Amino acid sequence: MSADLFDFVLGLGDDALIAAQRLGEWTSRAPEMEEDIALANIALDQLGAARLLLTYAGELEGAGRDEDALAYLRGDREFRNCLLVELPNGDFAVTMAKLFFLSAYQLPLYDALAGCGDERLAAIGAKARKESAYHLDHSSLWVRRLGDGTEESHRRMQEAVDQVWPYTHELFAADPAAPVDPAGLRAGFEATVEPVLTEATLTRPGDGFTPGGGRQGLHTEHLSFLLAEMQVLHRAHPGARW
Amino acid sequence: MYGNDFPAPDDASGGGLLGEVEAAEAALREAAARARRFGAPTPDADLDAYFADVIEADQKIEPRDWMPEAYRRTLIRQIAQHAHSEIIGMQPEGNWISRAPSLKRKAILLAKVQDEAGHGLYLYAAAETLGISRDELVDLLLSGRQKYSSIFNYPTLTWADVGVIGWLVDGAAIVNQVPLCRCSYGPYARAMIRVCKEESFHQRQGYEILHVLAHGTAEQKAMAQDAVDRWWYPSLAMFGPPDGDSTHSAQSMAWKIKRFSNDELRQRFVDMCVQQAEVLGLTLPDEDLRWNDERGAYDYTQPDYDELMQVIKGNGPCNRQRMEHRRRAHTDGAWVREAAAAYAAKREQQKEKVAA
Repeated sequence: MSADLFDFVLGLGDDALIAAQRLGEWTSRAPEMEEDIALANIALDQLGAARLLLTYAGELEGAGRDEDALAYLRGDREFRNCLLVELPNGDFAVTMAKLFFLSAYQLPLYDALAGCGDERLAAIGAKARKESAYHLDHSSLWVRRLGDGTEESHRRMQEAVDQVWPYTHELFAADPAAPVDPAGLRAGFEATVEPVLTEATLTRPGDGFTPGGGRQGLHTEHLSFLLAEMQVLHRAHPGARW
Repeated sequence: MYGNDFPAPDDASGGGLLGEVEAAEAALREAAARARRFGAPTPDADLDAYFADVIEADQKIEPRDWMPEAYRRTLIRQIAQHAHSEIIGMQPEGNWISRAPSLKRKAILLAKVQDEAGHGLYLYAAAETLGISRDELVDLLLSGRQKYSSIFNYPTLTWADVGVIGWLVDGAAIVNQVPLCRCSYGPYARAMIRVCKEESFHQRQGYEILHVLAHGTAEQKAMAQDAVDRWWYPSLAMFGPPDGDSTHSAQSMAWKIKRFSNDELRQRFVDMCVQQAEVLGLTLPDEDLRWNDERGAYDYTQPDYDELMQVIKGNGPCNRQRMEHRRRAHTDGAWVREAAAAYAAKREQQKEKVAA
């Protein structure tokens, strides 16, 4: 059970960490100054959740790895995040599509964890769900604005949704041993997402292409580059304190 | 979360700058509580004399008050330049967010750069009280007609640069800005109080980064020293040209926008840093730095003002890169801002339809 739980917690921690890393790339590049602040805020929330989850994962493993050992000293085949979060930021529409789908998954997940039997996960879930609710609000407002804004923004938002949608399937892969089985969250996810897409005058993509493998350490080509950048300084100074 | 197991700059130097910010805040409240000695000027009053009286009495000028056009222009230029500096200043530090060497440092740095965006917004809002819009100010920055602090035209080459920017650059900014908490223009003084409090927090964090590096491996210590060597003189140059060559100083002093000369502030900064460097175990790159008993201050080598003029003219190592980055963000975001405006207009129309 403990090894399964370790994998589960590690996966959630990696989702949050890689999402934070991608969102942090927007700093000083956002379309408006208020949005720069908002994206940094969301990145900080994700990073905060990642630190709690990775610290807990390290304790479950019992091999003396702390949050930094897990973040900085694993290779890409050892990361357990979903593919969705590692996809490049693309334009602002792609970033909002990613955040919208991610938060529509994280919110019910954290919500369910808040009521689960594992005290640590319950506490993390209770804290993180409030933040996810804000992420979902923020991203769904942008999906509506861009979808129902100008002709150009509509085109870009539809392309972004089409591009990112296939990666949502992996989020709900069954994991019956986990404290919360993600398979049970799919219906709620669709109930959240579909009305927003409709209101945004966007078309829900079909379900033919369903890439996955992140939870088993099989990633896209993008993750290795992300990790190379994230880990470069830490790895250049083995054993140093920061 | 931020740790406290290191000697803080304030403790080490007895600088007490945060205390000065708090005193300025108290003075501001008192000034506001004091009944204004001056009612609104009558239509035929001598406005210049009225304005001079308000300044003389250490009352604040508020947006609704009459003010000389040159005072307004000076303030717009200064506050805008300060706002632009916050926005451009996000780049050199933002450069290390993706590579921060621990998750804790990453979180602190992200929050710091986010604070700078917040300061930028806050200062643009203060400038807007003088009758100019943020969009106009952003255009002035992007077209190169307004400047930002030259210090941000230097590159951040190693992680230690992030620490040095916190310690020296934010330190110099605080020394510059603490007197502005008593500036005669109310909205700017109030903005500065808030900004200084956060900057002093940033300075502490930068100092802590350096403290850890200076007490770390030999490579880390060398990294810290190298960063101090590169940033020391550009930080001294942040106080502007020497008093004799400063074009705006005398009038700004008379208006109580500025309260100390460039050289006075530079000296204050040097005196503060010497002891902090000793605690860090790092060397300031100035062989002629020594205590002068007679002056009760440190003698030091002046920065290269020709270099400063070159950087101001656009020839620093990163001027072009910083401007290109800002212009690209602005241009790339245009379609998003247009979409937000179009969406808001549609919602407004719908509301009107419902109301009708």
